[in-house]
Amino acid sequence: MKPKHQRLVLALMAFIALIGAGFIAAAALRDEASYFYTPATMSKAKIEPGQAIRLGGMVQKGSIVQGADGVSITFIVQDRDATQKVAYRGITPDLFVEGSGVVADGRLRADGVFVADSLLAKHDENYVPKELADIDMNTAEHTKDTLSK
Amino acid sequence: MIAETGLAALWLAAAMALLQLVGGLTLLRGEGKLTPLIKPAALVQGALCVVSFSSLMYLFYVTDLSVLLVASNSHIDKPLIFKLAGTWGNHEGSMLLWVSVLSLSGAAIALLEKRIDARTLNATLAVQAFVALGFFAFLLFSSNPFERLIPAPVEGAGLNPLLQDIGLAFHPPTLYIGYVGLSVAFSFAVAAMLTGQVGPAFARAMRPWVLGAWIFLTVGITAGSYWAYYELGWGGWWFWDPVENASLMPWLAATALLHSVSVLATRNALRAWTIMLALVAFAMSMAGTFLVRSGILTSVHAFAVDPERGSFILALMLMYTSLAFLVFATRIGTVKQGEPFQIVSREGGIVANNIFLSVILAIVLIGTLYPLAAEAMGDKISVGPPYFNKATAPIALLLMAALLLGPMLRWRRDELKRHKYWLVGFFAISLWTGVAIWRFVPGVGVFPILGLALSLALAVAAWVPLKGRKLLRTPLPVFGMVIAHFGLAVSVFGMAAESGFSRETLTALAPGESAKVADWQVKLDDVRPVVGDNWVAIEGQLIARNNSKKFTLRPQSRQFYRPEQQTSEAALLTRWNGQLYAVIAQPDENGDGRWQVRLWWKPFVTFIWFGGLLVAFGGAIALLGRMFRRAKKPAVNKWAQA
Repeated sequence: MKPKHQRLVLALMAFIALIGAGFIAAAALRDEASYFYTPATMSKAKIEPGQAIRLGGMVQKGSIVQGADGVSITFIVQDRDATQKVAYRGITPDLFVEGSGVVADGRLRADGVFVADSLLAKHDENYVPKELADIDMNTAEHTKDTLSK
Repeated sequence: MIAETGLAALWLAAAMALLQLVGGLTLLRGEGKLTPLIKPAALVQGALCVVSFSSLMYLFYVTDLSVLLVASNSHIDKPLIFKLAGTWGNHEGSMLLWVSVLSLSGAAIALLEKRIDARTLNATLAVQAFVALGFFAFLLFSSNPFERLIPAPVEGAGLNPLLQDIGLAFHPPTLYIGYVGLSVAFSFAVAAMLTGQVGPAFARAMRPWVLGAWIFLTVGITAGSYWAYYELGWGGWWFWDPVENASLMPWLAATALLHSVSVLATRNALRAWTIMLALVAFAMSMAGTFLVRSGILTSVHAFAVDPERGSFILALMLMYTSLAFLVFATRIGTVKQGEPFQIVSREGGIVANNIFLSVILAIVLIGTLYPLAAEAMGDKISVGPPYFNKATAPIALLLMAALLLGPMLRWRRDELKRHKYWLVGFFAISLWTGVAIWRFVPGVGVFPILGLALSLALAVAAWVPLKGRKLLRTPLPVFGMVIAHFGLAVSVFGMAAESGFSRETLTALAPGESAKVADWQVKLDDVRPVVGDNWVAIEGQLIARNNSKKFTLRPQSRQFYRPEQQTSEAALLTRWNGQLYAVIAQPDENGDGRWQVRLWWKPFVTFIWFGGLLVAFGGAIALLGRMFRRAKKPAVNKWAQA
């Protein structure tokens, strides 16, 4: 290879590699990026069961029901206009309480229940999941009673 | 008074940086009157930053609540070590640390660097000062750490309990030294382009800095991963969280740069390529700082968030990056073509390394920024582990495969058939491992299988460069390379074993009941309340049995006050072949006295971090070798003349 060509070849290889990276990223994003919904936008959008999405809203008061195995729960996420039933198996995040914000990663089951793989709760007063910061709702104050329940 | 001293020192340091910059500008048209001042100004700037940072640390030490930053991040009841760590556990303090490290690096160049010509050295210091100046402005105008609070509160707000951990005392400073160390590579690269000195001498001057920054980044990422693993209590060791990506991206760029700068130093090839990587590496450091500090992305780690400051850092980052690329575009034509090489050669192998690393970097960058771009268009999208694992794992495996062969190739030109026995051997090891796992362990994913297969081959291949060498006369950097590559094999082995073979049990147990995970029988013996310095907790006592051996684990669920927050403290039992990981959570709400317990058996998970430390250790050996050689060289010459 002539020296003059070498720089050209190297630059070309780098260029092709980056284009390739773009394609890989685009393909993976198409399959794996998950859209964010609230119960209201979710009911309007047609969502295929099994497709990965995020669901955010407030945990409805009195809706948390614990399963017999002690580690499964169901609860209802609500925004101003709609509600969505969620099932989750696992340890809930520290500040997961009724009346507070939650973001769930997961997918719809065929029966219309949202099955969450993970839950993200409002962390503390300084940290709100970004998706929830924009949703205007009457957030319940945490008190010591609700926390130590 | 201390606060005012710190602030004054910060202003003076900024003035020194300005002096250096002006001196540098006069340098562009030959020697100016200010040129001799550049070096001393760099030293004074470094010293002033030490004064400023020490002042802030002292304020945290005495918990001076009349300072806003201390009042809002510390508390009189906090243990001393966390008071001190609180200095950089917040936005303003961490940015002060950032700029202090930047200044100290400048001072270190001024003091130690003797290999490049005075003009390039002065230009480097001027560029370094130019970068520092932007961040001084950021601190002084939008994030003053010394702001007073009048009247002073009585006790202070406290520090996020997740951050009250010994890991925090060392983790951010380590990463920052790495981030900022790359600024030195950036300054060298820009200066060398401006003075037209892109060549082996410049590469040899830059190399220890890249190596040093890379070692700190490696340690920082490894420590951060372990911190997230035991502190968050989620059992994972890498979450592809934006803040983790922010540390991974500079590391990827620095790793590529580390390899290409060696080619430039020893073979005088890959000149423009190396310069480009140096610019990208620091751009990634700034992007990382921006992502972490702006709070623009949702993150489990984003503790100090303020979008307005984000735009300031974004502006700085865009300015420095675009100016540097402008210099690249206009000056790279004057950089001469490097020495030629064949595709099958050590250089060719390093080009492959660089390309694979750049592709991974691009994929991570796109995945991290895509949610932002989508949000600008009105869509709310999140990109998580499924994307990153799927897109990066194949490329990482290709990189590993290339690494089997690369280090044993000759410089300039080589032939594959010279290495055919090794190639066949590596292929056999990989194939045998892969088929054995696939055949005898059902349900393991393809990536873990390939990861295990390639890591075993690499564990052998890494040592091949030592073959045929007299060990006592082998240069330390070669040992460093071998150790680092072996460390990578160890780490990937751990990652593959953990992701392919972990076992998990999630259950609710009443005291006296047992659960099984992998070969372990775990009994919940007792649950009792415990009290700490600034928290109360429930503590589970778990008895884990494996064959006849018996161990006790004590996971806690802690309730902190000031600020009020709950955390779970996982209990880890480390064996040579893995870890038992236990978490206890709230009592079962059915009111039957059961407690939620989550258990994992994670085979060889500790190899991930041991491997990471080995990689860093290899880097340290190489760095020692470079410094030792430099110190020794004049003596050798004298001896040769005599």
